[in-house]
Amino acid sequence: MSARSAQLKRDLTGWLWVSPWVIGFLAFLFGPMLVSLYYSFTDYPLLEPPIWTGLDNYRRMLSDETFRAVLWRTAKFAIIFIPLATVLALAIAGLLNGKVKAGGFFQAAVFIPTLVPMAGSAMIWLWMLNGEYGLINMTITRLFGWAGLTGANWLSDTKWAMPSIVMISLWSVGQMVIVYLAALKEVPDEMLEAAALDGMGPIRRFLSVVLPLISPVILFNVVTLMIGALQIFAIPYILSAATPGGDPRAMYFYTMYMYDNGFRYGQMGYASAQAWVQLLITLGLTAMLFIASKRLVHYRA
Amino acid sequence: MSRDGSSTVIRGERGILSRVIVYTTLILITIAFLMPLVWMVATSFKTQSEASRATFSLLPDDPTKIFQNAKDNYTAVWNDPVVRFPVYLRNTLIIAGLSVIGMALSSAIVAYGFARLDWRGKKALFALVLATMMIPFPVVMGPMFLLFSWIGWIGSLKPLWVPAFFAGAFNVFMLRQFFMGIPKDLDEAARIDGCGNWGIFWRIILPLSKPALAVVALFHFVFVWNDFLAPLIFLRNQDQFTLALGLQLYQSKAGQTPWNHLMAASTLVIAPVLVLFLLTQGALVKSVATTGIKG
Repeated sequence: MSARSAQLKRDLTGWLWVSPWVIGFLAFLFGPMLVSLYYSFTDYPLLEPPIWTGLDNYRRMLSDETFRAVLWRTAKFAIIFIPLATVLALAIAGLLNGKVKAGGFFQAAVFIPTLVPMAGSAMIWLWMLNGEYGLINMTITRLFGWAGLTGANWLSDTKWAMPSIVMISLWSVGQMVIVYLAALKEVPDEMLEAAALDGMGPIRRFLSVVLPLISPVILFNVVTLMIGALQIFAIPYILSAATPGGDPRAMYFYTMYMYDNGFRYGQMGYASAQAWVQLLITLGLTAMLFIASKRLVHYRA
Repeated sequence: MSRDGSSTVIRGERGILSRVIVYTTLILITIAFLMPLVWMVATSFKTQSEASRATFSLLPDDPTKIFQNAKDNYTAVWNDPVVRFPVYLRNTLIIAGLSVIGMALSSAIVAYGFARLDWRGKKALFALVLATMMIPFPVVMGPMFLLFSWIGWIGSLKPLWVPAFFAGAFNVFMLRQFFMGIPKDLDEAARIDGCGNWGIFWRIILPLSKPALAVVALFHFVFVWNDFLAPLIFLRNQDQFTLALGLQLYQSKAGQTPWNHLMAASTLVIAPVLVLFLLTQGALVKSVATTGIKG
């Protein structure tokens, strides 16, 4: 066998082994993406074939009040949720990183909520945040009733909808706690000790020794959180459907509007354009995070 | 210097007071994270009037009634004539079972191609695999729905498990890392014995990778169990609903579902993943820790 045909055979074998992924990629990802790109330039009411309308769908977004509202609400969620989740996860991980007895128990306690299905989580919080008999309001009344605080109608009150969604999302921060804890354990004790001998207090040690060392992990987690936050769907979808007295707009997010356009209003063309805008925003923000973090993130040689 | 020696320097500053603060905070955090689940289970053991009353009590007024209440509530949920949880459980198990097998097997095959074989285009294709992890599912859900309805799969469970047989990017990444850690001498020895790639994969790599495959299976099971958006789009008829969809249907069907019943239904949907977590003794936690840092 010649060298060239041996190489060809190796290539063929390799591609054959990875072919399940390649076929799946073409059929369930790349193909649908191309199709959705095409639909985004059409008017497609599903029952009739798509009609080419050029950039109309994209132009429509600019003047669509609902679109602007859901985009802003989703951005607001991401801006509030990502820093809170990151700080909370780092703080809990920091507490667990010391010499803590029963550390495994505490880890399990914060991790368990991440396993709860979104639908289950929505039901639990529907109950916890109930205006009349919810545990949250009862607790607030018991603790702060003397100050006149009795809680709120968390889910039906327009101004409390966003804090509620953020809080429910924070409930599943446990996965990140575990990741940060593992990263903190990799920080060499010698470096901390040297810093302590230099007279650094715990806060300075954290900021100037620990934080730079775990910055790649933080970047990875922030990117993951960002991609997830821009897609938020199940929790607000279920909760707003379950709160008939509430303001339906207060929990209306980007993916929900896209879902409604595509599957309820028969506007697959407009939904596809929104899908592509979502993709471009996701990729754009990811790229920005990576570029912005070039100076901040410290990769060990 | 030894690890113990250095940690005394750091932790020497920690007096009893700071230790009390650390443990108090941790206990408060634990209560905050677990209370919603405890409250859910407690509510499912109460009568309807006890559940919709402002009380902090975890137990029913008459604690001896707890078993009777539990039986009443869970049977009511299980035997609901409209929202049929036994059917949804069966559907979810079918989807989860098939998906888990498909995902573990196909991801392992693809990972072998990336970890053990040399071919042109490998690096570029692997970068593409990683890049696809960033693509949001909502971007493709419309065309996927049209594709599945065009080939006649809407009205069946196929849209939810067939794609699992075409590997998942994250799982391929994880298994590839694992396979690369298996010594290549084993391959060479098997090759001398006349094994081809398939033989090496099947007889050497797979048996040595059981822990990693178990993690892939576990994660994918939890993912399928929890998935909401894909079933919402692809399943049109109520007989095909999964537990996650069924739970929402149960809440919304009358608008006035009693809280004790709704919490019993939620417990039914949530309990299996929690039991799985306890049975695997933190295997999930460990793997989150390792894949998270390497990621």
